[in-house]
Amino acid sequence: MFGLYIHWPYCLSKCPYCDFNSHVAERIDHQAWRRALLTELDHYAARTPGRILTSIFFGGGTPSLMDPATTAALIERARQHWPTANDIEITLEANPGAVDRDKFQAFRDAGINRVSLGVQALDEEALVFLGRRHDRTEALRAIESAATLFSRFSFDLIYARPGQTPAEWRDELRRALPLASAGHLSLYQLTIEEGTRFYLDHAAGRFHIPDDDLAIALWDVTQEEMNRAGMPAYEVSNHARPGEESRHNLLYWRGGEYVGIGPGAHGRIFENGIDYATRQHRAPEIWLKETLTHGHATRTNDPISRRDRAIERVMMGLRLRDGIDPTQFEALGGIALRDVLDGDMLELLIREELIAADSLHAGAPLRVTAKGMPVLNAVIAELVADSDG
Amino acid sequence: MTDLSLIRNFSIIAHIDHGKSTLADRLIQHCGALTDREMKEQVLDSMDIERERGITIKAQTVRLLYKAADGLTYQLNLMDTPGHVDFAYEVSRSLAACEGSLLVVDASQGVEAQTLANVYQAIDANHEIVPVLNKIDLPAAEPERVRQQIEDVIGIDASEAVEISAKTGLNIGAVLEAVVTRLPPPKGDVTKPLQALLVDSWYDSYLGVIILVRVTEGRLKKGMKVRMMQTGASHTIDRVGVFSPKLTDLPELTAGQVGFIIAGIKTVADTQVGDTITDDQKPAAEPLPGFKPSVPVVWCGLFPVDSSQYEHLRDSLAKLRLNDSSFDFQPENSAALGFGFRCGFLGLLHMEIIQERLDREFDLDLITTAPSVVYRMHMTDGEVKELHNPADFPDPVRIDRIEEPWVKATIMVPDEYLGSVLTLCSERRGVQVDLTYVGNRAMAVYRLPLNEIVFDFYDRLKSISKGYASFDYEVDEYLEGELVKVGILVNAEPVDALAFMAHRSQAEYRGRQICERLKDLIPKHLFKIPIQAAIGGRVIARETISAMRKDVTAKCYGGDISRKKKLLEKQKEGKKRMRQFGKVEIPQNAFIEALRMGEPK
Repeated sequence: MFGLYIHWPYCLSKCPYCDFNSHVAERIDHQAWRRALLTELDHYAARTPGRILTSIFFGGGTPSLMDPATTAALIERARQHWPTANDIEITLEANPGAVDRDKFQAFRDAGINRVSLGVQALDEEALVFLGRRHDRTEALRAIESAATLFSRFSFDLIYARPGQTPAEWRDELRRALPLASAGHLSLYQLTIEEGTRFYLDHAAGRFHIPDDDLAIALWDVTQEEMNRAGMPAYEVSNHARPGEESRHNLLYWRGGEYVGIGPGAHGRIFENGIDYATRQHRAPEIWLKETLTHGHATRTNDPISRRDRAIERVMMGLRLRDGIDPTQFEALGGIALRDVLDGDMLELLIREELIAADSLHAGAPLRVTAKGMPVLNAVIAELVADSDG
Repeated sequence: MTDLSLIRNFSIIAHIDHGKSTLADRLIQHCGALTDREMKEQVLDSMDIERERGITIKAQTVRLLYKAADGLTYQLNLMDTPGHVDFAYEVSRSLAACEGSLLVVDASQGVEAQTLANVYQAIDANHEIVPVLNKIDLPAAEPERVRQQIEDVIGIDASEAVEISAKTGLNIGAVLEAVVTRLPPPKGDVTKPLQALLVDSWYDSYLGVIILVRVTEGRLKKGMKVRMMQTGASHTIDRVGVFSPKLTDLPELTAGQVGFIIAGIKTVADTQVGDTITDDQKPAAEPLPGFKPSVPVVWCGLFPVDSSQYEHLRDSLAKLRLNDSSFDFQPENSAALGFGFRCGFLGLLHMEIIQERLDREFDLDLITTAPSVVYRMHMTDGEVKELHNPADFPDPVRIDRIEEPWVKATIMVPDEYLGSVLTLCSERRGVQVDLTYVGNRAMAVYRLPLNEIVFDFYDRLKSISKGYASFDYEVDEYLEGELVKVGILVNAEPVDALAFMAHRSQAEYRGRQICERLKDLIPKHLFKIPIQAAIGGRVIARETISAMRKDVTAKCYGGDISRKKKLLEKQKEGKKRMRQFGKVEIPQNAFIEALRMGEPK
């Protein structure tokens, strides 16, 4: 398991709910960006020789705004650095308003074999509220283009929007399901993040998000509909027909190794027996300048203890329906899974049916139940033993 | 040596906010003891808390020189006394060192409960009393009505009450003239063996222990060897002097005078308030009548939020005690809250002040448990135990009977609120002793169990009377009562710090109220939590906190695990502000909030 994440920070406009590292620029020097991304890729490749590359993910921002030639160059360079798996997954995030059929074709020619579309809603009104640049028609057209050109594609929807009822959401989901012909959907609940326009609007009382009872009702609708459609949640917010899961995201959740390049990209790499958490400079212009002059714009390169990396793996792994395999866990991090858990709490959580009863019995995975998933954050906070304890 | 006829020792007594400290400031200013630049609001209230809350905690004294209308210069010793009931013992000490009092009454509000309590103490101390009507400049001032009220309620002549405004300085000269002409000079004989009353003592980090004395007979000189008649200890006097209000050295203090001595004493505990100081070489035959020692009547647990601050808390309590021997503390160990101290106070205000000083002056974060009174447990084997802490409640089969302290409370309230006040008193098991009217104000005297007022009686009183009721009490006697310990169980485990004592008739109501409050105070957990109140094994109230159903499950973005980790750290940080109890985390404020009776939910 080894992945490559490439961050493209630019968007045509900033969405009011988005707190990711995305920026709007007047003019982008595509030549310079291509050069810089390649340079930083070279830098990290030198730190991670000999891995077998299993996935590449172009995230953003809106990476479908990249020059497809840049995408092609990066994929080609990655293949030169590392041997690649036969079934390598190469995903591109795309926004319906920022891509057309020809451009999709160009990305396919560049080596992209999976796309993830930021559709977010199928209702016109909701699209306006979410500040998306596309309307319903454009969304449907983009889905259709993706479906004809890529055997694997997914799209995102945001639910638990202000005023949304469970019946309305069920209806929207039922309209979405036939469109998700490749068997993957990401369904996120709207969360209000600091530093966004929604944060200010929400604080000022300009809209209200569903309370806990309504949020759980919407969650239940989601699980029902997706289970019925044969696309159960394999992760908190991700649903797929078996076999259609996003391999790159699975790598994060399974605690694998990955390189992250581009502004604000994170990585977890294993070098000389030590795990490192890496992060690149967040500001696009500074990142560009620094990469072109110094070969990379690394801001963080912190060694993390085995225990902390193990805790990260618990945090991430429990998001998966299949949970954490104790044998793999120990093989990856050199620490037994039980050693980072609070044993009394584990028992209690099993009694409360929040953790599967067979967890860790005879090598069975540690797994959160369907009942436990909606309160996963609290489950994790209870379960992970204090680092001094 | 000053002629005794040119000395006046006097106190100012008043209800809180009637302007006692402002008047003291004006008197000091009028006599020119401080320049305007040195003058700051309420110079005698030297602690921040005193100035902020407008209350006087420690008695203070100042010597003023006043050139009177008769052309003579008088030496005036002013003792500023605390007004609040909790510090009544300080008042009685100050009064014992004086011959007269100024009774300050707000001309717009009239006589209040503390006015009464203090004036009766002054009458008991054989004081000459000069009534002073303050705030005469306010449009709402009704000097005639208040004058009549003073005569009707207190029974002293108010026809010559001085009408002033301490705020504007109006008529301050008339107050000083009244002090000189209407209050008696002290008596005493400088040739007799030394007798000086130890009025108060406090610790100063530069000077050591400073003792405030009133010389009754003889003289007290620098370099002299004195003996404390009660403790028998001898000390050599390093410094003698007065407060003007700055510390001012003098060669001696003589009979009739008030001042300080410093005698190389290290801790306040070595001085006993009310002791008689005499000449070691030529002792007096008899000591002066002393005071009753003050006894803490309200106890509560103080626990550091961070257990590593335990030592710091212990040292801080010890330091505070250097200056305030009236509070007591002993180690306490709670299953819920860890190591801390059980602390005894003179009353609720005293408790609040100590807690506030620990927070401000010593930077301590504390968890406070609900206050409790001292119960007298008569055991079947004849032993009598004092119970300071419900957690120490003995096995009921070994208890013969329990007694609780009662108080005599005086409440003054405008007629229109009387009904609600009487209802409150009877809800709190009060027994009416007296009910009289003065104009449109009623004065209700009740006997009430102290336990019923320690928590929020005063808050409730203020709220049902829109702030117009005033209240004062004195601890009366112990009486047998049908008292039970109510335990609180959270998730089936008893939480010792939440246990409380109650009268059997109220146990169920209070138990239910606390369970309801805890339901709101304890956040939802991943499992449901039963909360029960029980007397022994019998459950009398029950509530359930339902399990948490949903928390945020945000999008996980581009391998940014650090963001998730920050969330986890934030959750763990939040847990630190809770007390782990079994599987349940209880927020620290719950330990006091749950027992606060207040408005019914």
